[in-house]
Amino acid sequence: MQYRTIRLLQQKISFLLDIKATKKISLLFCLVLAMFILSASVGDSFINPLNVFQILFGGGNDFDRLVVVDFRLPRILIAAFAGMALAVAGAILQGMIKNPLASPDIIGISAGGGAAVVAFLAIFSDQNHSLTVSIQWLPIAGFIGATVIGFVVYFLAWKDGITPIRLVLIGIGVSAFMQAMTTMLMLLGPIYRASEANIWITGSVSGASWEQVKMVVPWTILLLVISFFITRHLNVQELGDDTASNLGQPVQKMRFLLLLLSTCLVAGAIAFAGAIGFVGLMAPHIARRLVGSSFGVLIPTAASIGALLVMAADVIGRTAFSPLEVPAGVFTAAIGAPYFIYLLFRNPKN
Amino acid sequence: MLFNNNLSKILALISSIILLLICMVISIVYGYADTSFQTAYQAFTQFNDSNEHLIIQNVRLPRALIAASVGASLAIAGVLMQTLTKNPLASPGILGINAGAGFAVVFAMVFFQSTSLQSFAWIAFVGATVATAAVYGISSTGRDAMSPIKITLAGAAMSALFSSFTQGLLATNEAELDQVLFWLAGSVEGRKLELLIAVLPYLIIGWIGALLIAPKMNVLALGDDVAKGLGLPVGLIQLAVGFIVIMLAGGSVAVAGPIGFIGIVIPHLARKCVGNDHRWLIPMAALLGGILLLLADVSARYIIMPQEVPVGVMTAFIGTPFFIYIARKGFRKA
Repeated sequence: MQYRTIRLLQQKISFLLDIKATKKISLLFCLVLAMFILSASVGDSFINPLNVFQILFGGGNDFDRLVVVDFRLPRILIAAFAGMALAVAGAILQGMIKNPLASPDIIGISAGGGAAVVAFLAIFSDQNHSLTVSIQWLPIAGFIGATVIGFVVYFLAWKDGITPIRLVLIGIGVSAFMQAMTTMLMLLGPIYRASEANIWITGSVSGASWEQVKMVVPWTILLLVISFFITRHLNVQELGDDTASNLGQPVQKMRFLLLLLSTCLVAGAIAFAGAIGFVGLMAPHIARRLVGSSFGVLIPTAASIGALLVMAADVIGRTAFSPLEVPAGVFTAAIGAPYFIYLLFRNPKN
Repeated sequence: MLFNNNLSKILALISSIILLLICMVISIVYGYADTSFQTAYQAFTQFNDSNEHLIIQNVRLPRALIAASVGASLAIAGVLMQTLTKNPLASPGILGINAGAGFAVVFAMVFFQSTSLQSFAWIAFVGATVATAAVYGISSTGRDAMSPIKITLAGAAMSALFSSFTQGLLATNEAELDQVLFWLAGSVEGRKLELLIAVLPYLIIGWIGALLIAPKMNVLALGDDVAKGLGLPVGLIQLAVGFIVIMLAGGSVAVAGPIGFIGIVIPHLARKCVGNDHRWLIPMAALLGGILLLLADVSARYIIMPQEVPVGVMTAFIGTPFFIYIARKGFRKA
């Protein structure tokens, strides 16, 4: 592998740049931008990609402007950032648990968000089953649910420290429990509420608005930057707990921080995009095949792939069966699951 | 273990049978329309067309029978899977078999408008088989092949996969959601006796198969290498166990939907009672499984009267703390 050393500020900051990986990441980044333009141009009415460019820089006619800026951009941005957050959270969890099957969907974080959303719909309804508070609060419920369950799993798995295996097992158990709660709450309410909740659980960005974008984008960017810097500790942890603590890493503290980080990422993403499945499982895998498993390059790669996946799923969801809109989560599962099985069978050594 | 010698084990089995019968009677008598023991008795001896007698014969009795046989089947499946995989958390729910069968049934409902009872069972078997094969295939590759953690994760991944498929289907077909939702939660309410009769042959094959294979399971529990050294055709036995599990779990899901946690909790309780000898363990687990599901079903009627909690939610309430306890205890001693 080829590296270039970069030193800045009279050698106060220095890092190694993996040249091959950097090229791949730049390419992926271009792909993300292309996907961005493509999703802004296709839909119920097709808008020429060149016009999209004009609109983004302030030009274009009024109608196209309305379609792109008010209708399409919010959901594209939410899709992209949710994809990034889920992918990075998945990469962190897989590194921490040292198992390629770990992901936010499996250790219960997403299920916690799902249960909270259904509970929100059930609690804040009056006799006529109409909501007593604004639907704007729904993402907050999802966020709180995911975070709380993240902590519950951590707490229940604590026994003189956290071992990855125990964390996963407890996560699976809690996840099954949350799913049972979700089903019960869905059953007790009227059917249209169940179907509303079901769409959220499947994951969809159809309700996106600029207010949501303003919340989710800064939050995700902040966490992504933190992830980028913190994950070099994951490289050390991959060597095993003993080696990591001999190298001076506070293993348990680090583990807590990493879990906190991935919980926050997932919570922010699913709050607005719903529990989109398989992105957190699939994106890190694809990223690892592209650039290897060193976390410095893995995080940006996984993030780009995650963004690509969710944006593509959303585009397919709103165009393929038009005028019917299919939630993006259906497609991430439909693409993700077979790919995932293929990976497991093809590459047994990992 | 609670019961050491053969005599006490026989007594334990007999008292479990009596307890099971008592639970069935309770399940027949108590509920939203409260009846009395006399009415229940008369419903079978001197049937008149009164509402109560109709409820008892057409609603309560099938429900009790279904709960007992589904509970027993899931518990046996749990015992077999735990021994086969040497994993104390193995069960049809956690390893994705229930989810596979559930997805298959929803798929058939949406795409083939399938509602016939017989086809339900077969579709559920197909789903259960696919899920079992996938989990087995995934977890038998690689360096840490068949390690408990790998099997559990593979199962959880398959489970997540199938439930997201199911959700996807339901998110695009709202009309089906209404029909399927209660079934998906796992419930024995409102099932007709014909549905049980349709799958009963498969369940009985599973029960008899499990009893016949019990001595072999004792050898298998010593470890695959030892079992091979003792002359056991390990591959064949594993295949047979897989077949029995599919019969039991697939049949149960076809009747009652995916009910979780029975397959985890009961084998451990049964082991506490009669120890690790599968010749005792399997019948004991079957009886305890039936009792637990009956009791869970009766309490599900009372928690939020006049509505009912699906029994699958009740077993999750009971089972999750137990699951967490086992997961915290670790794998070595199990």
